[in-house]
Amino acid sequence: MEADDDKRYKVRAIDLHAWFGTSHSLKGITMDLVDRHVTAIIGPSGCGKSTFIRCLNRMHEVVSGARAEGTVLLDGENIYASGIDAVLVRRRVGMVFQKPNPFPTMTIRDNVLAGLKLNGLRTRDPDALVERCLRQSALWEEVKEQLHKSGASLSGGQQQRLCIARTLALEPEVILMDEPCSALDPIATAKIEELIHELRGKYTIAIVTHSMQQAARVSDFTAFFYLGELIEYGDTDSIFTKPSNPRTEDYLTGRFG
Amino acid sequence: MPGWRIGNLGDRLFRGIAATFATIIVVVLLVIAVALTQASRETLSAYGFGFVVGQDWNPVEGANEVYGALPFVWGTLVTSFLALALAVPISVGIAVFIAELAPEWIRTPTGFVVELLAAVPSVIYGLWGFFVLRPVLIEHVDPALSRWLGFLPFFRGAPLGNDVLLASVVLAIMILPTISSVSREILRAVPNTLREAALALGATKWEMIRSVVLPYAKSGLTGAVILGLGRALGETMAVTMLVGNKPSMSLSVFEPAATMASIIANQYPEAQGRQHSALTEIGLLLFALTLVLNILARLLVWRVGRLPGDAGRA
Ligand SMILES: Nc1ncnc2c1ncn2[C@@H]1O[C@H](COP(=O)(O)OP(=O)(O)O)[C@@H](O)[C@H]1O
Ligand SMILES: [Mg+2]
Repeated sequence: MEADDDKRYKVRAIDLHAWFGTSHSLKGITMDLVDRHVTAIIGPSGCGKSTFIRCLNRMHEVVSGARAEGTVLLDGENIYASGIDAVLVRRRVGMVFQKPNPFPTMTIRDNVLAGLKLNGLRTRDPDALVERCLRQSALWEEVKEQLHKSGASLSGGQQQRLCIARTLALEPEVILMDEPCSALDPIATAKIEELIHELRGKYTIAIVTHSMQQAARVSDFTAFFYLGELIEYGDTDSIFTKPSNPRTEDYLTGRFG
Repeated sequence: MPGWRIGNLGDRLFRGIAATFATIIVVVLLVIAVALTQASRETLSAYGFGFVVGQDWNPVEGANEVYGALPFVWGTLVTSFLALALAVPISVGIAVFIAELAPEWIRTPTGFVVELLAAVPSVIYGLWGFFVLRPVLIEHVDPALSRWLGFLPFFRGAPLGNDVLLASVVLAIMILPTISSVSREILRAVPNTLREAALALGATKWEMIRSVVLPYAKSGLTGAVILGLGRALGETMAVTMLVGNKPSMSLSVFEPAATMASIIANQYPEAQGRQHSALTEIGLLLFALTLVLNILARLLVWRVGRLPGDAGRA
């Protein structure tokens, strides 16, 4: 039974706590991400959504003074166990940030290959990899003529897709996205959502979003966070049609947040 | 709206004042340049460009009187670049340590101590170099260098004490705070989002620094180095006390030398006539050299703040 659950659930957070200095931002989250499905995380600003997903690839501890406690199982293995190298965790759990952040000193091509280069990994055919990742992130047609231009020369939406391509190049198992569309216009947003659809089935995806419509459109499961706690978690349809917790309902109907 | 008008007026006033001061600075620089040019009229017209490449310097009035600046230009460049070679790795290392690696509580004190070095008057560096560093170099460093590297032209000859090496080492220490504090600011201007991007791709801290932070900061760091160079070129007191003040153009760091600043400091008080003009022309050269370098450095430092950093156009 245990083993079955570990298979169904790619990532399992168990009683996960996080602090910034002395402020307790995540208060015991227990929640699983279903393998090769999309899980949306919603909730008002400051409720700990970003903190939560940053704990899943050990990026939380990068902030000075920040610390996390608890268990996060990745394929059944605790990434917070002593002796686990955060660097290796991050290679398996990719992340796309709120603000597109391609490397401005690198070309578009090198941005895609950056993960490999940073890790000292080699690939037999880098050009094919670049094309494949850019196609996957639906950017290829737009940039194939300008692969040697700076990553910063693109529009915001293109930059974000470049960041997704960069993440895909490392072939992660899990992709975390922290409000990936909040800096983008509706057309770019639609492209990214389409992309998430395509990636579903291949990757386990967690996406933080402020937009309820987006959560409804892209996700299989939805988690509602409030004040550092997980209030409700279930499949997206039931969360949106018949939330069991009154606070979830209040949030969904726009009574606060 | 009246509020808008007043705000606008304040804005314009401020811009006006700022522009005035900027103009004053440019005017002052021009006045200096003109004054130096006028005072060096005599040698300017007597030697022309030959002054810069002339190797002899004989200020005794008479048939043999001759002025050439090359040995001093040489001395200045050699001591400055040697100082740079010593100081750059250390100060950039310090900056990287403070900005990227050190735990939070260590950063401020370390930065403070390094910047304290900049507050020490240069005559103190001269004294320290003479009484502390010179004996150490003579007893330990020089013999080792001649023994192991004596076959190179840079370490030929008998170490005398007051030489290029001593002056350069002290210069290196003097420019260290400039380079490291400007570098630290440059590194601080690197957007954190880029660091996070690198780490999230599974980079180690070192890989992140090498492949993302330093390339982003490159031109700014170059600017920091040139600022340090500008300081080294013009440094007078400590160098005059340590460099030996013998105009020569040897490759060896064990030879004494004289720099543009040191010859002026040594001879200006008693200089008359043509010698006065020659020294002033050296001053003019030094002024032009440092001005150009500083402008270049500022441009590079300024550019970093304007690099397409954390992506914006949606
Ligand atoms: N760098 C930080 N330093 C201190 N506190 C932080 C930092 N980032 C977030 N917090 C705090 O942690 C809590 C959760 O933040 P976050 O996870 O960013 O919320 P969300 O992504 O849901 O808007 C908030 O109360 C916020 O103020
Ligand atoms: Mg957030």
